[in-house]
Formats: sequence, C-alpha cells, structure tokens
Amino acid sequence: MNLLWTWLTNPENWQGSSGIPVRIAEHLAYSAATLLLAALVGIPLGLWIGHTGRGRVAVVNLVNGVRSVPTLGLLFAAVLVVGPLLGGDIAFLLPSIFVLVLLAIPPILAGAYSGVEGIDPGARDAARGMGMSSMEILFRVEVPCALPLIFSGLRSAALQVVATATLAASVSLGGLGRFLIDGQAYRDYGQMAGGALLVAVLAVLVDLVFAGVQRLAVSPGLAPVRSARRVRTRAQLAANPT
Amino acid sequence: MKWFLGHLDQVWQLMLNHAVLALIPLVVGLLLAIPLGWLAKRYRVLYSPLIAGTGLLYTIPSLALFILMPLVLGTGILDPINVVVALTIYTIALLVRTVADGLGSVPDEVVQAATAMGIGRGRRFWSVELPLAVPVIAAGLRVAAVSNVSIVSVAALLGIPQLGSLFTDGFARNFLDPIAVGILACMVLALAMDLAILWISRAATPWLRTRVAA
Repeated sequence: MNLLWTWLTNPENWQGSSGIPVRIAEHLAYSAATLLLAALVGIPLGLWIGHTGRGRVAVVNLVNGVRSVPTLGLLFAAVLVVGPLLGGDIAFLLPSIFVLVLLAIPPILAGAYSGVEGIDPGARDAARGMGMSSMEILFRVEVPCALPLIFSGLRSAALQVVATATLAASVSLGGLGRFLIDGQAYRDYGQMAGGALLVAVLAVLVDLVFAGVQRLAVSPGLAPVRSARRVRTRAQLAANPT
Repeated sequence: MKWFLGHLDQVWQLMLNHAVLALIPLVVGLLLAIPLGWLAKRYRVLYSPLIAGTGLLYTIPSLALFILMPLVLGTGILDPINVVVALTIYTIALLVRTVADGLGSVPDEVVQAATAMGIGRGRRFWSVELPLAVPVIAAGLRVAAVSNVSIVSVAALLGIPQLGSLFTDGFARNFLDPIAVGILACMVLALAMDLAILWISRAATPWLRTRVAA
C-alpha cells in the first residue's frame, strides 16, 4: 500500500511525455478512436439487421463466438502477422487498434440490432399507416426508440475497449497499461499497482459517463414512469374479461 | 502443426492449469451468488445496491484487478490465488443478477402450491424455486465460463502459467505457431465448458425435456 501511495504522490510521475496525464490522454485517445470506428461499422449494420430482420442468427453466433476468443492471443497474433508489413511505430498501433475495433463491434452490433428488433410492432405499423417510407420509419421511429439499447451496446463496448487497451501496452503501445507492464519489468510494484488503480478508476468513470449519456438518450415518450403506467393499463385490460 | 505435435505434453499441462484457474472461480462464484441473488430477490431494497455494487467491480479491467489483488489479500504478485479471487469476483458480478432474475421468473402459483402442500421455506427454496431457476442461471453461467477462460489467459503477462503463456512465449520469440495453438486451445476449452454446463442444466431439468418430446 505504501509503495502505491509513494508512486502516486511522486510529482515526477505526473510530468513529461511518459507522465500520468499523458498516459491517460493516450489511453482515452485509443479508446475513443476505436469506439468511433467500431460504431461506424456496428451501428449501421445493426440497424440494417434489425430493420430487415436478415442475418439474426449470424449476429448471435458472432457475439458468442468472439467472446470465446482470448483477447491477448488475438492481439499478439495480429501484431506478429500485420506488424512486419508496416514497419515503424504504426506496426504496433494499427494491428492493436484493429483488434480493439474487432472486439468492440459485436456488443455495438448486438445493441443496435436488439434495440430495433425490440420495438413495439404497433409503433412501426402506426408509422407505416401514417404514410412514412421505410427510411422514415427507420430514422424517425426505430432509431429514437432503439437509442437506449444502442447506448447500452456502446457502453459495454467502451468497457471492453478500455480494458483491452491496457493489454495493448504489452505490444509496446502507450496508455495506462505502460505502468502495469513497465512496473512488472522493473520489479516496481508501486508503479504496477498505481497504474492498475488508475486504470480501474478510469474504467469506472468511463462507465459512469456512458451510464449518464444512456439515461439522457431515452426519448421522453419512453420514459420509465410513463411506460410503467402503460404496462399497468395493459395488464388491467388483460385481466378484465370482456 | 509440427510445433503442436512436438509440444503436446506442454500444451496439455497448460490447458489443465487453465481449466483449473477458470473452473474454481466459476464454482465458488456460483455458490456465493446463490445466497446473494436470493437476498436481492427476497428484499427488493437490496436489489439495486447489490446489482450496482457488483456491476462496479465488473468494470475493473482484469489485468488491473490481478495486480491490485495482493494489496487486498496480502499475497505475492505471482500467486495464482490472485487470479482465482479476481475471477470469482467477476463471476459473482455476472451471476447475482442472473440468480435474482432466475428466482424471480418462478411463477407465483408454483410457490403458492408448494406452500399449500406444507413444504417449508428452506425446502421450498432448494427443491422448488432453485430447480425451476436452473435454465436462467445456467445461461448466465455459460457466459461467465466462456469469459473466464478468455480472462485467465491475461494472467500470462504476470507470469502465471496457463494457455496464455503460449501467447507471451510466442510473442517474445516472434513465432506464430504457439499463439495460434493457444488461441485454438482456449476456444476448445471454452466450448467444452459451455457444453458441459448445457448438459448439466439439461440433466437437472428433466421436466423441460419431456415437454419438448411431447
């Protein structure tokens, strides 16, 4: 505990190009870039699958399959295979980001897909009855209704990415993982534990931010209080024999 | 392939280590999650704090949790106990909610019927509520098993021998074969545990099988 405290409170560790603030910025930069790329692939694909109902089985299998692939092995394999083709710093950066994106896509895809698929068919029919085109239904009805689940997918992806970006330090990338890996190499437990604590705090903070955004993303029409009332009336209707 | 055939013994030994490191937390986590899940279901007030509290632990990245464990447990950094305890925490985090929801999915009529038959509270839990919650709990357990197998391999960065050691060895020597074998062995292990849980869950719920047959 003392080692950890000494390391965290040493002003030297908070300065320079390998100081704590820089490492945090790197960590967040990798994570943000990864999430953005994964969202660009995952959200449109998930919306399309949910909207058309095609390829459902493939999504479920993909999500389950990717979960069983050991992250660390995939990371090392990607760097060994792709790295020599590139050369320079990018030889480590590109394959790592690629693996991070690969891991972040399934939860985002699943969130977007289940968000659209879980919409009350009545709402969709009503939109069609109002004369909306397929695209209008998608963007004006399905996407707003699916937003909470889309964000929940992004949230679990963010969690995964922040954790895996830590491992990326073992293939000589920056970020907070550096402290964990370097501390191990120098037998400096204070640095390892300090880095680990920072990673844990960062992960929790990122999760809290996403939880907040997720709450904001709920359309007022879907707010919990109202939907609870709606469910109750529906239950009452069902209970009353007519 | 040639590398794999030459190192069968080593891979087998690492796979056994891996299986033990992934299995112990699964069993211990399940045993601890059952009473916690019961509490969360029985006392509604406890549901949110329990789910949020365990969820918070789940957000901590695995490598960080492995490294922080010695501070809590007083163990050495190379002690496999760190990995076992950390994975037990993840397993509990995943399962408390599943157990609570599983117990919640047992129809009230069934519980009332059991009470009316004079079955006491304790026996009712073990012989009626828990067995009926098995399919839901097993689904959560399968997710936990598969992710445990993947997370265990991260411990190789700290030098704890299991299939992940093949990744660090292969990477250090710029040699792809051990990494490929390690990835495949991990996936096979995850699949085996997944199927084993599925099989146990089916064997424990014979009433579901007869319904399918009819």
